[in-house]
Amino acid sequence: MSGNGHSYGEQAGEAAPELAQEAAPTTAPSVPAAFGLFSSDTKKNEDLKQMLESSKDSAKLDAMKRIVGMIAKGKNASELFPAVVKNVASKNIEIKKLVYVYLMRYAEEQQDLALLSISTFQRALKDPNQLIRASALRVLSSIRVPIIVPIMMLAIKEASSDLSPYVRKNAAHAIQKLYSLDPEQKEMLIEVIEKLLKDRSTLVAGSVVMAFEEVCPDRIDLIHKNYRKLCNLLVDVEEWGQVVIIHMLTRYARTQFVSPWKTDDDVVEEYNENNFYESDGEQKEKDRNVKKTYTMDPDHRLLLRNTKPLLQSRNAAVVMAVAQLYWHLAPKSEAGIVSKSLVRLLRSNREVQYIVLQNIATMSIQRKGMFEPYLKSFYVRSTDPTMIKTLKLEILTNLANEANISTLLREFQTYVKSQDKQFAAATIQAIGRCATNITEVTDTCLNGLVCLLSNRDETVVAESVVVIKKLLQTQPAHHGEIIKHMAKLLDNITVPVARASILWLIGEYCERVPKIAPDVLRKTAKSFTNEDDLVKLQILNLGAKLYLTNSKQTKLLTQYVLNLGKYDQSYDIRDRTRFIRQLIVPNEKSGALSKYAKKIFLAQKPAPLLESPFKDRDHFQLGTLSHTLNSRATGYLELSDWPDVAPDPAVRNVEVAESAKEWTAILGKTKKEKPTEKFYSESEEEEDESASTGATESESGSESEKEDKEEGSSDESSGSSSSSEESSDSESDSKESTAKKTSGAVKESNAEESKKKAKGISKNRNTSSSSDTESSSSEGSSSDSKSVSDSRSDSDSGKSGSATSSKKEEKTAQDRKTPSKQDVFLLDLDDFYPVTTPVAVPTAAVLSPSLTADLEGLSLSGSSVIDVTTQVFVPTKTHEMLHRMTGKGLSAHYHFSRQPDMFGDHMVPVQVTVTNTTDQKIENIHIGEKKLPLGMRIHEFNPIECLEPGGSVTVSMGIDFCDSTQTASFQLCTKDDHFNVNIQPPVGELLLPVTMSEKDFKKEQGMLTGMNETSATIAVAPQNSTSLVIIEKVVKAANLGVVPSGQDNIHRFAAKTVHSGSLMLVTVELKESSTAQLIINTEKTVIGSVLLRELKPVLSQG
Amino acid sequence: MLMRCGPGCHCPSPSPSNLIPKRVTSKESCQATDGKHRQSQKMIHSLFLINCSGDIFLEKHWKSVVSQSVCDYFFEAQEKAIDVENVPPVISTPHHYLISIYRDKIFFVSVIQTEVPPLFVIEFLHRVADTFQDYFGECSETAIKDNVVIVYELLEEMLDNGFPLATESNILKELIKPPTILRSVVNSITGSSNVGDTLPTGQLSNIPWRRAGVKYTNNEAYFDVIEEIDAIIDKSGSTVFAEIQGVIDSCIKLSGMPDLSLSFMNPRLLDDVSFHPCIRFKRWESERVLSFIPPDGNFRLISYRVSSQNLVAIPVYVKHMISFKENSSSGRFDVTIGPKQNMGKTVEGVVMTVHMPKAVLNMNLTATQGSYTFDPVTKVLTWDVGKITPQKLPNLKGIVNLQSGAPKPEENPSLNIQFKIQQLAISGLKVNRLDMYGEKYKPFKGVKYITKAGKFQM
Repeated sequence: MSGNGHSYGEQAGEAAPELAQEAAPTTAPSVPAAFGLFSSDTKKNEDLKQMLESSKDSAKLDAMKRIVGMIAKGKNASELFPAVVKNVASKNIEIKKLVYVYLMRYAEEQQDLALLSISTFQRALKDPNQLIRASALRVLSSIRVPIIVPIMMLAIKEASSDLSPYVRKNAAHAIQKLYSLDPEQKEMLIEVIEKLLKDRSTLVAGSVVMAFEEVCPDRIDLIHKNYRKLCNLLVDVEEWGQVVIIHMLTRYARTQFVSPWKTDDDVVEEYNENNFYESDGEQKEKDRNVKKTYTMDPDHRLLLRNTKPLLQSRNAAVVMAVAQLYWHLAPKSEAGIVSKSLVRLLRSNREVQYIVLQNIATMSIQRKGMFEPYLKSFYVRSTDPTMIKTLKLEILTNLANEANISTLLREFQTYVKSQDKQFAAATIQAIGRCATNITEVTDTCLNGLVCLLSNRDETVVAESVVVIKKLLQTQPAHHGEIIKHMAKLLDNITVPVARASILWLIGEYCERVPKIAPDVLRKTAKSFTNEDDLVKLQILNLGAKLYLTNSKQTKLLTQYVLNLGKYDQSYDIRDRTRFIRQLIVPNEKSGALSKYAKKIFLAQKPAPLLESPFKDRDHFQLGTLSHTLNSRATGYLELSDWPDVAPDPAVRNVEVAESAKEWTAILGKTKKEKPTEKFYSESEEEEDESASTGATESESGSESEKEDKEEGSSDESSGSSSSSEESSDSESDSKESTAKKTSGAVKESNAEESKKKAKGISKNRNTSSSSDTESSSSEGSSSDSKSVSDSRSDSDSGKSGSATSSKKEEKTAQDRKTPSKQDVFLLDLDDFYPVTTPVAVPTAAVLSPSLTADLEGLSLSGSSVIDVTTQVFVPTKTHEMLHRMTGKGLSAHYHFSRQPDMFGDHMVPVQVTVTNTTDQKIENIHIGEKKLPLGMRIHEFNPIECLEPGGSVTVSMGIDFCDSTQTASFQLCTKDDHFNVNIQPPVGELLLPVTMSEKDFKKEQGMLTGMNETSATIAVAPQNSTSLVIIEKVVKAANLGVVPSGQDNIHRFAAKTVHSGSLMLVTVELKESSTAQLIINTEKTVIGSVLLRELKPVLSQG
Repeated sequence: MLMRCGPGCHCPSPSPSNLIPKRVTSKESCQATDGKHRQSQKMIHSLFLINCSGDIFLEKHWKSVVSQSVCDYFFEAQEKAIDVENVPPVISTPHHYLISIYRDKIFFVSVIQTEVPPLFVIEFLHRVADTFQDYFGECSETAIKDNVVIVYELLEEMLDNGFPLATESNILKELIKPPTILRSVVNSITGSSNVGDTLPTGQLSNIPWRRAGVKYTNNEAYFDVIEEIDAIIDKSGSTVFAEIQGVIDSCIKLSGMPDLSLSFMNPRLLDDVSFHPCIRFKRWESERVLSFIPPDGNFRLISYRVSSQNLVAIPVYVKHMISFKENSSSGRFDVTIGPKQNMGKTVEGVVMTVHMPKAVLNMNLTATQGSYTFDPVTKVLTWDVGKITPQKLPNLKGIVNLQSGAPKPEENPSLNIQFKIQQLAISGLKVNRLDMYGEKYKPFKGVKYITKAGKFQM
């Protein structure tokens, strides 16, 4: 490093003379004028000027250093401006920098002279060195001279497309400066911001978001396209930028996603309703289907997931920013993860503690549970500053509940003894609050406080009195003793508030202490003149109340006190005296009011509420200045409420929209073609062909026709669909039957051409699902290979086919208003759930689209896009639900059909086959009373009106198991009987298979490690070691999707849980000597370990 | 208490005569701009450094100048607070907000005009103080005054338009070289400067914390595992609250771009960890290995907390007997410290401080070991014990003189204890190995463990 300095020194020495010459001409004309202006220069400044004019850099440097020293001290150095500004072109970096410092400080005051320096910066803006370009822009934009606004604007525009991200970062900073100099430029600046927001450099991100927040925080639309990118860059942005981005994204998310909180309550509500009105359960059931169950927008989830690691940041501001983001955006169950990190910050400096504690105080009022485990971290230390102590106390009080109150009260006892009296007083207040909030301990607290009355310290006693007063007021029933005790204390206590409180108490409850009260009045009357105003008022009050209740004893005393009050110095007391006298002492003049005197004075007073001072802070965004001050700070941006309906999430789809530009022409007419044609042109064409010609041997195409048909018929009558289901249980069977049906379906579909048009919706779906056939089958399932090869061979005739099809699309276009939505939501999972097959036949290839693998390359976001697919393998195992003996001839079996459910996102589909083994008709088979664990829901099957003897019917129902293996119990009723039955799901059925690429899988797996990973080594039976067998066995055991694997010895499976949609990743890695490592990664660790247990025997046994 | 001249007449203002009108105009102009537009928006507007006697000894504005008079609000709040510790960090004034920190007897008061996360500013101000500490060896008024030019250059680099620009000490050191005696001599001879003329490459890369082209002849990497025990122990000697807070401070002097990975024998001990930005979070999540390209020089790698579920071994015990007689002006004081569960290591550097009640006038004690001082003004008793040898337990006893007539203090004072145990991490955390990738040479590696008392209170 020092070598560097040396070499520089030489260089600078050479450069200096020519520099001076260069600088001189530019500034020369102005110099004489300047001298004229400042003729009254002090000698010292003269000397500085000379140094600045000297040809030696060292002299100049010395002068500049002294000038900077003056600036730092706040001394005025403006008269040196002309002399300093000449040196702006100095080649010596240090001089240059100091001149910059000077310029930024004084340019505003000396605008004309400052203009002299502009050309230097303009030249520097073109310098090949990015550092020089950046710093020129920095200084140029920091000189607050309005005349140069156009120059600045130009410079910013240029710099915003500079190759160096560092320069672009400075451009982002300059935006804010220019905006504050000239707000007129807003529109132009927004354009630049828009451009810079697209920047992919982590360097720029923080700065440009900062500029966005200052210039146009309301232009939320600029964020849409950059949302995912920002989320993904976040971890790599520098800390300060992170804070700004997180705060901005919090605001953004509150406008774009629906609340994750409401649903918590809704579910409970619904459940309760269900309990109450079981009889009309069916009606409710329908209602529920209409109500959209909440699924978190994947973008919402993305934000939460990507900010979570930042809780580990060393920067308290970042941690706090994430904490407030979770507080404002995360489902209530997840917000808890921030508490640990916040507690960690309490080790930090006093100032950080102060802010963090304030925020925790607000949080702890609303959600106690978050910080309860950390109760002890808020214990007060004697070395804490008072403001920290009181905040901790506040939090402790908020956290107090029945369980911990005894420990807390013990802790409070030590606090009361603290030497810091202010804090001791606050503790007593806190005890009072605990006492009112937790009724169990009210008496204990009260006793404790009474003990404190004998404390030596006056402030403690006084505070206790005040708190006792409040407490007694809440339950005045049986506290005569305490009041007597306090009356005795009156002699010793001198603190006015406390004396006033005692007097008030005695007055208020004078009827409970009839003997003492007059005596107290007597004593205080004696000392009246020496009392504080506060106390005097209460003496007057006491007198008035006694006069009304016990006038025999106290009449004279009260008169005396009133007389004293009449001549008091304080007008307040004189006023009060006059008022009381008129009210209570009967005379001719006193009017109607005196009749009510008793009611006025002895009215029941409402007890004061002891509330946290942090109660109303929560309407400010946490972590903000406004929250800390509890008042709106200038420029505070309100956090909007959640929208009722989420705005179109498609606005955040960036890459697809861009890459699909070429298709926009087609889009207008046939929207649905966008994704399909783009990514699956092959199968798309094939599908088109089959659809338009109507006669094709392609299996996949005709199969989808068949589904059309089924869709149609099932809508008409559920009976017909179920009648066609009896066929198959085993997988191979289903294959055959599909093949059989295919031929029939083709014919039928021709006949029903017109009907199909009306069912445009379902066809759209099939288009995509058939396309998926190709991708997913090639990915792993050997059983479908046939259809693939078929479609491949067919696809040659592509072009002509698509032409015909597009004509056809036009015809059906108007029918498609609804489905068009589906296509836009490329990344939205929800829309792919309800693949419309309510049928129970386990069709082999009902597959919803998996665009993911192909999208991945385009998606810069890197957010893994995961789609749900249907399963190719369907378990053959049926379980008995009702034996014919117990069912009096009615028997029922169920199996898990693994169809993506039509009942709702969270339902596991179950097929129930009911058989009549009696010789009579069984009528009206339906589901009766349900006994479900909390949160579990059942979608009932349609009642079977009549079941012939020996006949059997298969119906499907949906059960939301809430991702648990708890049993769903309900009654199966017939017309005249009912039987209790249970359905218990194997853990493997609580999953929905998903397709994802290997890369996504690894990425997701990387995120689900540690606690979220369970693994086991198992012995694998030799016959099980081929990949086909493994896949078959695993998939049979659990509803998992196969993930293509690059390695032969590793098999990967992915699924998500039906209810919560948590990923479940299963890896089987074959090792030598017929062992294998079985790894499961999931957030749902319980299910994960159960699944592990169930999968173990599957592979080890033959 | 602070000695300060009243508002409107404090000393180092540029032109005392026109101070008052100036203050008014500054407020008026603010009002005007507020009304016109949300104009001068920015995060940190100005910074004032104020010493304990209330002198503003440095000011720096990142935008238009804010009059020093704004600090009057700060002084007001300061007077209201009983001691410096209690000055609220955030103060609201009619047109500005003041966010301040107190470090090393200096108040760093920043002026804010609009909504900003307060922690953002606080954290930044601490970073500024850290940088001063780093550059000048201490963050004191004299050090700052002596190096005012460097301070100014630093502030200029750290904040652009009120938004933090470069806060990594490695970058700053490339931009502005820290002063050394040698360099100042060299500079004065050769006329070269403290200001770097090269671009801080770190700022442009994805690893802004490391400067390029680092070269050492001896390549060394040292890690200090420092653990502090925070504990509150009640009178009966049972632990109310105990927790271990640890940090790993590193001193890394390695050439080139080394990629290190540090693994622990028992990483699961670490309950809550915060990382230097250089650490790859994903690696930690998946493998519990600290993988990072280190900054050059000294830095804090991680700080962690050992979960409070684990029982914390308390290495010392204290037997104390402090009593004040009723109606007498004296009391007895008897304290013995002994080692406990120290795993065969010696407890050293033991210092006990006691904040005696206000009524205590003087103390007359004898120590069997070490020396004690009692400050009658602050009422702080400090006993420097040194090393504890189990054979002869250190004891301090004697008479406490109380103010005559004052009531007996009702509570025994709490004892704060400091100690140190070398070569022991009380949590049991152990570094397993350190691997280096990316460079060919073999570095010298070292790990040191220290256990200290944090906020240790009896």
